Amino acid sequence: MDTQDTQNPRQDQDTPRSGGSGPADARPVLEGPDIARVLTRIAHEIVERAKGAEDVVLLGIPTRGVFLGRRLAEKLAEITGRTVPVGSLDITMYRDDLRMHPPRALARTEIPGDGIDGRLVVLVDDVLFSGRTIRAALDALNDIGRPRAVQLAVLVDRGHRELPIRADYVGKNLPTSLRETVKVLLAEEDGRDTVLLGVKQNP
Amino acid sequence: MSKILIRGAKVLGHDPQDVLIDGETIAEVGTGLSADGAEVVEADGKVLLPGLVDLHTHLREPGREDSETVLTGTRAAASGGFTAVFAMANTFPVADTAGVVEQVYRLGRDHGYCDVQPIGAVTVGLEGRNLAELGAMHESAAGVTVFSDDGKCVHDAVIMRRALEYVKAFGGVVAQHAQEPRLTEGAEMNEGVVSAELGLGGWPAVAEESIIARDVLLAEHVGSRVHICHLSTAGSVEIVRWAKSRGIAVTAEVTPHHLLLTDELVRTYNPVYKVNPPLRTERDVLALREALADGTIDIVATDHAPHPHEDKDCEWAAAAMGMVGLETALAVVQETMVDTGLLTWAGVADRMSVKPAEIGRAEGHGRPVSAGEPANLTLVDTAYRGSVDPAGFASRSRNTPYEGRELPGRVTHTWLRGKATLVDGKLT
Amino acid sequence: MLRHLISAADLTRDDAVLILDTAEEMARVADRPIKKLPTLRGRTVVNLFFEDSTRTRISFEAAEKRLSADVINFTAKGSSVSKGESLKDTAQTLEAMGVDAVVIRHGASGAPYRLANSGWIDAAVINAGDGTHQHPTQALLDAFTMRRRLVGRDAGLGQDLGGRRITVVGDILHSRVARSNVDLLHTLGAQVTLVAPPTLVPVGVGSWPCEVSYDLDAVLPKSDAVMMLRVQRERMNAAFFPTEREYSRRYGLDGDRMARMPEHAVVMHPGPMVRGMEITAEVADSDRCTVVEQVANGVSIRMAVLYLLLGGNEPAVTHTRTEEKSDR
Repeated sequence: MDTQDTQNPRQDQDTPRSGGSGPADARPVLEGPDIARVLTRIAHEIVERAKGAEDVVLLGIPTRGVFLGRRLAEKLAEITGRTVPVGSLDITMYRDDLRMHPPRALARTEIPGDGIDGRLVVLVDDVLFSGRTIRAALDALNDIGRPRAVQLAVLVDRGHRELPIRADYVGKNLPTSLRETVKVLLAEEDGRDTVLLGVKQNP
Repeated sequence: MSKILIRGAKVLGHDPQDVLIDGETIAEVGTGLSADGAEVVEADGKVLLPGLVDLHTHLREPGREDSETVLTGTRAAASGGFTAVFAMANTFPVADTAGVVEQVYRLGRDHGYCDVQPIGAVTVGLEGRNLAELGAMHESAAGVTVFSDDGKCVHDAVIMRRALEYVKAFGGVVAQHAQEPRLTEGAEMNEGVVSAELGLGGWPAVAEESIIARDVLLAEHVGSRVHICHLSTAGSVEIVRWAKSRGIAVTAEVTPHHLLLTDELVRTYNPVYKVNPPLRTERDVLALREALADGTIDIVATDHAPHPHEDKDCEWAAAAMGMVGLETALAVVQETMVDTGLLTWAGVADRMSVKPAEIGRAEGHGRPVSAGEPANLTLVDTAYRGSVDPAGFASRSRNTPYEGRELPGRVTHTWLRGKATLVDGKLT
Repeated sequence: MLRHLISAADLTRDDAVLILDTAEEMARVADRPIKKLPTLRGRTVVNLFFEDSTRTRISFEAAEKRLSADVINFTAKGSSVSKGESLKDTAQTLEAMGVDAVVIRHGASGAPYRLANSGWIDAAVINAGDGTHQHPTQALLDAFTMRRRLVGRDAGLGQDLGGRRITVVGDILHSRVARSNVDLLHTLGAQVTLVAPPTLVPVGVGSWPCEVSYDLDAVLPKSDAVMMLRVQRERMNAAFFPTEREYSRRYGLDGDRMARMPEHAVVMHPGPMVRGMEITAEVADSDRCTVVEQVANGVSIRMAVLYLLLGGNEPAVTHTRTEEKSDR
């Protein structure tokens, strides 16, 4: 979850917790079947670019990146017939905006059994925005091991990067203005799959 | 100006009257007195009391002039409506010789704000071992009649017995600080629910009560009178009540703070609430009020105990014990005793002037407000309400537990033998 | 907002569970090759120890360093404090150096409260043990250890200690650990029973949210965890109990007594242990004894507390009790 843009602080906090719909004026830009389709595509791209994805480790960034990571792992397993290690990487303690908000509860960092040394780590997140979350994730990875390479998969890239970071796999490029919000809802957390584009309530 | 007419004062809280002071004495009390040649003070419904007498004050001089001097302490006393204070003996050097008590006595006379009657130590250096020269102190210019090791208990039963007996020769009285020392080792606050929670060393009520019980029995046995300082527990009240019913010559005092504050305040760990004896519980407070009302407790005494800021601006354990009280005493008594209907103003005059003067044999104090008596008077604006601002204190120290608290009543005028020491709330 | 951690009684159930959950994540950092997080980079924490306690200081120091805080250790011995400098002056001197938090251990009950509430300094204050008052991080690490053992490491997340029966044995009167544990364990839903000779139970204990018993053997079979407190030999001289032998016979935990505990029950001790007094070597060295775990858990708990109080622009735990209030 890329929420570190100072102009859009804590965007993830207005994401409905379960089953709810977004703000009245939010409109869906991706529906459930679209999400399934783009994840399948990303899985194929990973296999293609990672030459069979034999040393791939998927690490989802909490909260929704973890669910996307698990879904990707299932798809990769279908495609390759092998189990792909999947885990989670909490970046809270590596954030560069800790001193701008109250501290949050920590999420779980779960590194699969064989670790990440010498592996191809694919970070998975729902929205790529300022790039600060990914910067923090790279720092966090650094304290855990030394991957052969690190790649990034996101469901939505909404632009407005503040750091020289780009995604290797993008579900949907979604040009937005800073006044807009992008919310990803996933069945595991929110009861349904959808991506909503809305307008910020309090500019 | 030798004549002063106080017009329309509720003498002892009764119907308004005029009081004419001529020189050092009260010339006339009545209605419609002539103002001819007199300075007029419009009392306008304020209450006129005999000048208050405090049987328990720490003036700190000699030795701790950083916290109080005889001058600042007597100014504080005048400001609080007092015309006589008894200065406790725990100075440096200790007031255990004629020399020290005479020095304190003279300083009080010279400053002229309030009569200072020194209290002599019972034992040399307050150490509880050898009797101080009680007779010499009595025969000195200071004419000491009250003896106390206050701050420390005369815990040795034999020494206490001897002291009680010895002072009979000249009508003296021993004022006991009742605190069994072994039971109060490491004690920091009242022992009970709050101390258990706060982890502060407990100061059991029984440490006070057991000494009082012993001393009233000793007094009975040797036929002496005994005075109990700053009684603080409901149990102590019961013992004194029992002793009086047996005809034992015991008198007792209570401080204003023990009539108002409880150990719940210690939860703030603010050492301004650290005092000896410690603040007790609500139940004790109510018992003390009742006892003061029914006369079981004879008097209110302030235990005015000034301490410099740094001795209170610290952690609880490191802080000194004590509170200043001269300038808030009457207000607290009005709040806890008069406004609650427990005591009339005549009762206040009795508990804060007549009785303490009697116990301490303070001549010319605690007299009736009537013609021919010394003009030691206090005028109180009982309708006033205001919050306590220590910045305005005359005392050198500010360690009051009432800062910011709203209290009723304000002393506007004090006269010491006809001389105004306080006029419209300002010291002269 | 809880800016300071002064007393375990200040924590709500949700605060306490948040701290335990956070500590559970912090514990996982210890399993990583690089046991360090950048979270408190640029923050300065001073360990202000007016009382000797190497183990508590080292535990805080490890926690601070794992979170990348700059650490200043200040021990009163040999310092200006022993020359009469006051707590206030010492604290203000340290704050002038730009300290964000003060971890304070002090022999006087209430010293951390005074430091936090007297307007002397702005830094956050964490109580590392004051007199016979409180030692909140000890209670938290004890609760953390119990939750792991009795509920489970992962199963425990988000859970309290509802319905667990905890027995605390020993010198309750002089123990800040006991006070903190009674407060916290009660908040977490546990049933606490204190066991001690009556001389070592404070007058006023009746208002505490726990039971008191003088009979260890009666309580042991109904305990999920038994916490043995250190009993100092000096207490004997003040007539709190007649002899060491009599104390251990009545209130010490030996192998026979341990056998009367339920099978799942654990033995805890905040350390340092007085072997042969409150606990025998057999018990101290058994698998059921969590002393070593408690030490490791202490670091995780202190990391969690530091993170939750200092990690953001304001603390993440809520406030309940202690603001100075003017009474009647």
